[in-house]
Amino acid sequence: MANTYRVLDKVRLQDEEEFVDILEDKRHCNDLRFAFRTFSPPPYKGAPACSSAELNQAVLESQYLRYVIKEVALETESSVEEVRDKVCRIMREMSQNLQLRFIRLMAFTFRKVFKRLFSAVYVNMEGLQALQQATQEFPVILMPNHRSYIDFLVVSYILFNYDIPVPVIAAGIPLAGMKIVGEILRRSGAFFIRRAIGSDKLYWAVLSEYVRTIVRTGFAPLEFFVEGLRSRTLKSLPPKLGMMNMILEPFFKGEVYDITLLPISISYDRVLEESLLAHELLGVPKPRESTAGLLKASKVLQENYGCIHVNFGRPLSVRQLCEGKINRCQYNLIPRDLPQKPNAEAQACGSWLAHMIVRLQEEGALTSPWSLMACILLQVPTTVLTEEGLLFHQLTEQTLWLRKLALDFRAHLSWPEKVPDSDVMSSTVALHRSVVYRKAGRVYLTRNDELERKHSIVPEDDMMRTAAAFLMLASYRNQCLHVFVRPALLALAMSIRKSTRKDELLTCFCFLQEVFSNEFVFIPGKSSQDFDEACSLLHECKAVHVSQWEVTDSDTGLEVLSFLQELLKPFIESYQLMFRFLCEERDCVFREKDFLSGVRTLATKLIVSGELHTYEALSSDMQKNVLSSLRRLGAVSKIEISENNEYKVNKSAVRRTGDMLAGRIPPQIVQAAPDPRL
Amino acid sequence: MASNSSGDESGRHQTARHRLSVIAGHLQRPSDRNAALLAVDCKAQGSKPNVKTSDRDEGRTVPRRRQEIMKWNGWGYSDSRFLFNKKGQAEFTGKRYRLSGMIIPGLKDWMEGTFGANLQHKTQATPVLNTSAVQPPMLNEAFVEELKSTGIPFSHEAEDRVFRAHGHCLHEIFALRDGKIGRVPDMVVWPNCHNDVVKIVELACKHNVCLIPYGGGTSVSSALECPPEETRSIVSLDTSQMNRILWIDEKNLTAHVESGIVGQDLERLLNESGYCTGHEPDSMEFSSLGGWVATRASGMKKNIYGNIEDLVVHIKMVTPRGVIEKSCQGPRMSTGPDIHHFILGSEGTLGVVTEVTIKIRPIPEYQKYGSVVFPNFEQGVACLREVARQRCAPASIRLMDNEQFKFGHALKPQVSSIFTSFLDGLKKFYITKFKGFDPNRLCVATLLFEGAREKVLQHEKQVYDIAAKFGGLAAGEDNGQRGYMLTFVIAYLRDLGMDYYVIGESFETSVPWDRVLDICRNVKARIIRECKDKGVQFPPLSTCRVTQTYDAGACVYFYFAFNYRGLSDPVHVYEQVEHAAREEILANGGSLSHHHGVGKLRKEWMRETVSNVGVGMLKSVKDYVDPNNIFGNRNLL
Repeated sequence: MANTYRVLDKVRLQDEEEFVDILEDKRHCNDLRFAFRTFSPPPYKGAPACSSAELNQAVLESQYLRYVIKEVALETESSVEEVRDKVCRIMREMSQNLQLRFIRLMAFTFRKVFKRLFSAVYVNMEGLQALQQATQEFPVILMPNHRSYIDFLVVSYILFNYDIPVPVIAAGIPLAGMKIVGEILRRSGAFFIRRAIGSDKLYWAVLSEYVRTIVRTGFAPLEFFVEGLRSRTLKSLPPKLGMMNMILEPFFKGEVYDITLLPISISYDRVLEESLLAHELLGVPKPRESTAGLLKASKVLQENYGCIHVNFGRPLSVRQLCEGKINRCQYNLIPRDLPQKPNAEAQACGSWLAHMIVRLQEEGALTSPWSLMACILLQVPTTVLTEEGLLFHQLTEQTLWLRKLALDFRAHLSWPEKVPDSDVMSSTVALHRSVVYRKAGRVYLTRNDELERKHSIVPEDDMMRTAAAFLMLASYRNQCLHVFVRPALLALAMSIRKSTRKDELLTCFCFLQEVFSNEFVFIPGKSSQDFDEACSLLHECKAVHVSQWEVTDSDTGLEVLSFLQELLKPFIESYQLMFRFLCEERDCVFREKDFLSGVRTLATKLIVSGELHTYEALSSDMQKNVLSSLRRLGAVSKIEISENNEYKVNKSAVRRTGDMLAGRIPPQIVQAAPDPRL
Repeated sequence: MASNSSGDESGRHQTARHRLSVIAGHLQRPSDRNAALLAVDCKAQGSKPNVKTSDRDEGRTVPRRRQEIMKWNGWGYSDSRFLFNKKGQAEFTGKRYRLSGMIIPGLKDWMEGTFGANLQHKTQATPVLNTSAVQPPMLNEAFVEELKSTGIPFSHEAEDRVFRAHGHCLHEIFALRDGKIGRVPDMVVWPNCHNDVVKIVELACKHNVCLIPYGGGTSVSSALECPPEETRSIVSLDTSQMNRILWIDEKNLTAHVESGIVGQDLERLLNESGYCTGHEPDSMEFSSLGGWVATRASGMKKNIYGNIEDLVVHIKMVTPRGVIEKSCQGPRMSTGPDIHHFILGSEGTLGVVTEVTIKIRPIPEYQKYGSVVFPNFEQGVACLREVARQRCAPASIRLMDNEQFKFGHALKPQVSSIFTSFLDGLKKFYITKFKGFDPNRLCVATLLFEGAREKVLQHEKQVYDIAAKFGGLAAGEDNGQRGYMLTFVIAYLRDLGMDYYVIGESFETSVPWDRVLDICRNVKARIIRECKDKGVQFPPLSTCRVTQTYDAGACVYFYFAFNYRGLSDPVHVYEQVEHAAREEILANGGSLSHHHGVGKLRKEWMRETVSNVGVGMLKSVKDYVDPNNIFGNRNLL
């Protein structure tokens, strides 16, 4: 328990770390010469180096796979050879083929591209040095957050740049389907994982053995996105645990002495896919990854995307973190090669670690001026932005106020130093002209965005354009939401509960965490620490008084509290809307597809009529989150036998949840007692 | 047939002398036929005049007053020790061992390089026991009175008592060197035979006296430590004078032996009749037959002869409830749980083993050492595994890791001829340059073959062929032999280390084959990490070797030592690290102990090792056999 926070403290220590622009000194030197530089990372001490082919061989010949192949052959009544062939095919589809010359090719290309796209790529050197050290000692797992397709290219590029072994990277299978590019990625170290593996036993077996072998042999650092997917909303996603468990197993079973986890936070000033993401959220289907699509997208190359900050976190020792949490003796009585589901203890440990990594990624992220501005802009009435415009100096003033609050809440800012604030503001607005523009001292929402796709299923084009812009704004706000989320939940609890009693507020706080647990990532079982953290942050900025039993708002704190409450308002409103939708439906059984389109229609109607003030209810991401939240709360259940994603709703439970969220009835803690080990 | 009785003593001595001369003849050409007996040579022949101070039997190693020939605060014989001479060269004193009187040129550099030790920084051990530091004996007068009437010798002199208050754990020796004496037995008794023991145990029960059996005193599990909470008078029951071979049965190849006999005497006496037991634990110079039984000992040649549980045919033990023994000597019985297995490993908590019938074998015709160099430890382990799979393990096969290989190298005595050193250089060149072995990764397996000459040679070829498949190169008999010699002097080396701020210890485990590499790597890494965390200023020596192979696994030995300069409580640090290492062993699927036993040092892990029910079973046996906890050393449970 103390562990997490010790780790977090350590990370906080790097506050004033220096970031170096890695494009800077090389901007003038020859790209080709750069690509052909001698690359000599210090070797891993744990085991001798092996080639990709040897790695694949080791996987194929593993006792574990032999066992599973036999089992599957029995179950499917096919011959061992057939199953083995299947395994070979899976391996061919999956495996990476890391080759230095392709890394060089990548380095060459991306240096060219990066120099065009980005003003700077900032990297913290201390983190890199620690990483370089770590790669020699134990298997290293690189765990970046995932906000853009280019995330993993950025990381590999940086590592190549600094003589650190380039990683093998877990990537989604659609990328493998791209002509040539897929192969290039493969040779640059990507290995490909199918989506929705589900219950395909053989596939799971091959994948897990492949991953474990990489870890066991220390073949190369392994990079994977613990969030599982690229975040459409630029917000952290609840971590996926399958991969995490695979990676931890070699440590639990004693096959390696330790594993080093390394959270990496990549923060973009402006995300390449910004408009694509917004449209995806609005239900415009995501274009399939294809090489042709990539070439078409090359027009994004003509714009500027500001800076990237890559913050390499401190290496974390799995051994240290798991101390006292896992009894490794449990693996003593069964051969380690036999398939064995991780038990509750191991799963809890994996989940805790994964959540903690997400938290560390958030803490390491740098908050940009634009992200703060987005928070302000979203609290302005819609019509102001679309019609009369917001006074620029007012925006500046409020953004600067928010900057102070963010700093009070220990955010890391990427606010340029030694530049007048007004310059920062105007250059930020200029960079984001796809979302806002400035005219005559006022700021307006940009709506000339191309939504020219003819096949778009949008009923009211104008509203959809506004919606796209707002969702983009919301995404940028999401980038810094983690800074405010705990105090904001407390502020919300105070307003909902209208109480000052700490225990009541804690209950409400936990309830909110539970309801929004798909929106914001919290470490499971740590609610009371989160609550304490919220109390102390609000106390420090003098927004509340905290005593042993009470939390009361202070006279000076009104501004902060109302800002924080407003910050979460879009979530509350959207959730309530969807609760209402579910309760008003005639049927108790609905299909996911119908739910999504129904909510969209209702929300559009209400926005147009001025009853609903947020466009975020239109986001498919939020709609799905509501569903999973209700499922977890037991108000909605999935009908198992149904093939087209049918759900059954318990209307009274939904209504009750809505009432609790509105403060009409006191919230109860829905969740069972947290695992004591966590 | 009686052994050793005065009747044909002279004849027997003649054969012995003859054998010695044969050995001496072979010493010049070690590869020759009877090289077998070279090993005996390193284990201190009893023919040294100063050994024979015992008042009872000729040729017995252990006198009642052990301190007359053995160190009271270190390992082994008083006359044998490592020291740095005036020229700063290491040498080994005395005349008992092959290494005795030799200069070891590499040791100084190795110690300085490995530990950061410095010859200028010396810590002197307390030279003589300060008897005033020893608590006066707390005697049970009634017991003493009745004991006197039996005529069994006893003593309550401080020196005798202190000597029996400890084994050879680091903390025990460290405290003695510091002159710190804790709770010691109040009295020592020396029974001469089974009946004496029966009398002593009866008296102890009658007067409620705590008995702690003492055999060779080589325990490394705190088994001999007197429980500080014990309020009764503690009597150490020293079996060393019960050291006769009572009979040898040549038809069934068994010998009936008193339990106090130490390994070297047992072997030597049997050798005189042309037999051996083949049981050779590393401590065999000093450890006793009874001790082996009480701790489930294992000998290095167990591949041929078996471990102690395979060797014993019959055991007689005196308990507070009476004498326990079987009624016949059938080689195997199906008569419920084997009662021998309550005795084996009971660690002195149930009674005193007094007599043991043990299997004997004719002395092997031929003995040959060997060694194999592997490019790395992984290959070495793979080779041992294959040897075990094919069930063709030689009498002994041991694999040292790279650090230990270097250590062995550092202990090479000075060579007299330029030719030998030239040859050594050539060998090194061949292995590292020509064969491309990395000197910082290669490792060595030492081998010992025994049996009929033809078979040994055939066997040898088979093993070397397997080794070749794993990249192993035969590296000569000499290296092999030195490896085994090291076993006997390594305990002396710890005393040298302690003179220069280096403390260390070894501990062992057994583990399934598939985990051998993992456990070696993880435990060594854990030791290094823990030392760093605990503030040890210099990198520790953390090394291991695989010392036994079984069908389903292996025995692994870890050696661990560090330079403790700058630490305020080195022993505590040491204990913390050892504790962590044991946790790591258990977490990696290793056993609590392969042959050292549990004692008090590893008691805390017994429950998780044998389960609650298991502990309950053992407890109920103890409760029945010894309800008043007369055998109160509090080991095991």
